[in-house]
Amino acid sequence: MRQALVLGFVAAFAAGPWPQAAAQTEDPVAAEFDKFREVLEQDNPAELWEVKGEQLWKTPRGPKNASLEKCDLGLGPGVVKGAYAQMPRYFADVDRVMDAEARIVHCMITLQGFTYAELAKAPFSSETRTPDPVSITTYVAAQSAGVKLAPSQNHPKEKAAYAAGKEIFFYRAGAFDFSCASCHGVDGQRIRTQPLPNFTKPEQAIRSVQGWPGYRMTGGVMHTLQWRLNDCYRQQRFPEPGYASDTLSALLTYITVNASGQVYKGPGIKR
Amino acid sequence: MADPMKIRATLQGDVADVRVLMAHPMETGQRKQAGKAVPLHFIQSITAQLNGKTVFSADISQAISRNPVFAFKVKGAKAGDKIVITWKDNNGETRTDETTVRAGL
Repeated sequence: MRQALVLGFVAAFAAGPWPQAAAQTEDPVAAEFDKFREVLEQDNPAELWEVKGEQLWKTPRGPKNASLEKCDLGLGPGVVKGAYAQMPRYFADVDRVMDAEARIVHCMITLQGFTYAELAKAPFSSETRTPDPVSITTYVAAQSAGVKLAPSQNHPKEKAAYAAGKEIFFYRAGAFDFSCASCHGVDGQRIRTQPLPNFTKPEQAIRSVQGWPGYRMTGGVMHTLQWRLNDCYRQQRFPEPGYASDTLSALLTYITVNASGQVYKGPGIKR
Repeated sequence: MADPMKIRATLQGDVADVRVLMAHPMETGQRKQAGKAVPLHFIQSITAQLNGKTVFSADISQAISRNPVFAFKVKGAKAGDKIVITWKDNNGETRTDETTVRAGL
């Protein structure tokens, strides 16, 4: 029973508003849910965080009183359009592969003078508070709506991140002897009414990226993939990974590269 | 200060389809946190103006959801017209945002 409950939480990762989900399962119930999500997407409160994130991006803030408009998301300083769809990627200045939120955190530290400790202290949204990196990530993600996912795999470190991410994805451990692949590495798995996408397959891997950052109707909070992966770890009874850590960047590299070539729709909405 | 609203006004013929998202906790006063009731905090009134003339106003209650969305249609609008929307909550807090009507498809 407990195990079933855990599976349920892991399945939440799969929740996504994409029509191909219906095509893939051809389940009338799933198709109805997809219609429901489509209606909700028209007025997605995620846009509120988009607006807020844009302000945070453009306003001089922090000890150095600087804006983030010089932040290099991989396409040159200040270029936001399409940047999210090409991350995680290798950044020469730090000699690391970073996902979008990790890069934003990096920029807030280097450009604005915030410290990692204060940003990582309570990095996830609650009903009363949305951390700034979450809003900024939502803004950045929205600027890639309609863009094809194209995370680079040219640099050796990017290939290494993919390999590491794959290793992490299949690594079984913890009190339940779980891995990400236990739920998301097999076709046609389901928990109650929730179909589980198989992230090792390109056409299903998109569902791990699509809809994030997402507005969660339960509680009305905005969450990013950093939060989602952290929650997967927690539900698997793993030690929690560090916020904006290389571990999560690697895992995101693995999943995003698998979904490469498909169109990202921008911030989504979750039940 | 309250967070900004997101307003979209798209023209369909001479009718503007206005959709507005508001960032507000909309506390009902019924919810408890750590045993203590979370105080009532909700938007009480909304007004929308088209070029300075009030075209829509509403008094709403705490029954409306968190981060609410409102949609309404305004007849006789033209592309470039200014839509100004204001809300006021029971704590006297208020927020005003504006947008221009865009031509539809």
